[in-house]
Amino acid sequence: MTVLDKVAPEGSKAGERVSPRPTFRHRLSRWDVKVSPYLYIAPFFIVFGIVGLFPLLYTAYVSTFKWKAGDDDPDFIGLDNYKELFADSQFWNALVNTISIFLLSSVPQLVFAVLLAALLGARLRGATGWRVGILLPYAASLVAIGIIFANLFGPKYGLVNGVLQTIGLDPIDWQANRFGSHVAIAIMVNWRWTGYNALIVLAAMQAIPKELHEAALIDGAGTWRRFFNVTLPLLKPTLIFVIITSTIGGLQIFTEPKLFDAMPGSNNGGSTNQFQTVTLYLYQTAFQNASLGYASAIAWVLFLIIILIALVNFFLTGRIARTPAVKKK
Amino acid sequence: MTTLRSDIRKTGLRKTVASLGKPRKATYVVLAIFVLGSLFPFYWSFLVASRDNAMLSERIPSFLPGGNFFANAARVFDTVPFWKALANSVIVSGTVTLTTVLFSSLAGFAFAKLRFRGNNKLFVFIVVTLAVPTQLGIIPLFIAMSELGWAGHLTAVIVPNLVTAFGVFWMRQYTVDALPYELIEAARVDGCSMIRIFWNVCMPAVRPAAAILAMFTFMMSWNDFLWPLVVLDAGNPTVQVALEKLQSGYYVDYSLVLAGTTLATIPILIVFVLLGRQIVAGIMQGAVKG
Repeated sequence: MTVLDKVAPEGSKAGERVSPRPTFRHRLSRWDVKVSPYLYIAPFFIVFGIVGLFPLLYTAYVSTFKWKAGDDDPDFIGLDNYKELFADSQFWNALVNTISIFLLSSVPQLVFAVLLAALLGARLRGATGWRVGILLPYAASLVAIGIIFANLFGPKYGLVNGVLQTIGLDPIDWQANRFGSHVAIAIMVNWRWTGYNALIVLAAMQAIPKELHEAALIDGAGTWRRFFNVTLPLLKPTLIFVIITSTIGGLQIFTEPKLFDAMPGSNNGGSTNQFQTVTLYLYQTAFQNASLGYASAIAWVLFLIIILIALVNFFLTGRIARTPAVKKK
Repeated sequence: MTTLRSDIRKTGLRKTVASLGKPRKATYVVLAIFVLGSLFPFYWSFLVASRDNAMLSERIPSFLPGGNFFANAARVFDTVPFWKALANSVIVSGTVTLTTVLFSSLAGFAFAKLRFRGNNKLFVFIVVTLAVPTQLGIIPLFIAMSELGWAGHLTAVIVPNLVTAFGVFWMRQYTVDALPYELIEAARVDGCSMIRIFWNVCMPAVRPAAAILAMFTFMMSWNDFLWPLVVLDAGNPTVQVALEKLQSGYYVDYSLVLAGTTLATIPILIVFVLLGRQIVAGIMQGAVKG
């Protein structure tokens, strides 16, 4: 296939004609062609081995011990950590919180991203300026944003409650109220990611041939019908891509809930863990309670949940993505 | 196609078709609202940072900045080792960006243009690892870093991020199209070694993709939080860790904390405003290719 392979044997033939033994220089060059590719891809595999694969396997190993940080001789307890975990109401609570926050963030995010993409797809004056403006939140540091939003949603003096009261509504305790805290954290996530996703959807929209829209227009389809019958079906693969990436990100949500509650002595998940997520629980178990074994069990269960959801997504993707093609035939 | 065009002419729909994609006033209004919404938290953070905490007890405060920003910023530097944090973040993000771009380009070149046993399988493996959430491995990674004596040092933040699966994937996709085999062949005939072909032929051809990868990597690394929080200590933080430490006292001094967030955000905002066009193009290109 590659030219390199063609070049190398030709060179060797020429070399053989001149002398029966390939020159040192020549052997060096053949060795170069053979070994270089492996050298070039090696850094990734070395780094992944150290920070990806090894930790994953070692986490499984640690999860079978009652392992406290600094403990030199931990006890092997088999699957007891997992048994304990499945009976641990705090874990289930964290899982429900994670899924709730994920749904509250990904569904509106997708709707707004498609809407924004439709608007950005018009022939705007200063198109790039609008796109950069929409994308700005993506540049913000999560920590900064976590702190800023915690301030905006402050229960006593927060601006959001100030506005609510000014227009005659009751203030909401965005931290103590479980659903309220989920909404506030979801708003934070949406604020950051909607513009980014809108650009991805926009790219897909621009790949739709213009003729399809022209034809639909001639058939008398209005803006909304064209949107629902032409644009949306062709966006399906992209929308699924966005859903999958936001699922994986959403299930690992950590920084936003960690910084949302700034109360002194708080355990950063709310006073009754009303917005504690799984990754936050994992972090606290490992690095605040020093229960490395138990935290490892949490990590593995979370990993399996993510794999499971990815597989479900993959399965659904295959089915949904195939539907339009089947219809055509 | 031609029939469609003539249909358009006949039926007098030409104007309507020409108006396809023409924005209405409402489009600009809605977009303006979104952009203002995007900007507002940044402005709010600056607003609080430029005044004092008294402003926060007003129900709807004035939206004009006060004159205390520099005083509050100075307090940030007194409270946490912010200069050190900035320097650390620059070192970490700079190193990680350089190595990620270099190693990703090398691997991308190999996967895109060189033939070797296992090429496709190894590449598929890399794509699959994109789905493995690395943060789930923080516990053994932390144990390993402690054993190595790296905990608390920047090495512990840099080494795990030397190269990413995304980077390799990104550079490979770009190199496939951007680098013609003829160029490599010509260089081979001239007697170039592989590494010289990479450096003198491949790199110039893939520079645009490498630049985008560099920007993304820098932003990600600058904003990374969980792992630096786990592995670094308060005396030797990155900017994000320093921000968290600012906030976690017994009494939250918002003018102080938000002065810190403003300071930490300014560098990345400058990068973003200068290179916004390329970043937008990069995201959209990645979406079509991915």
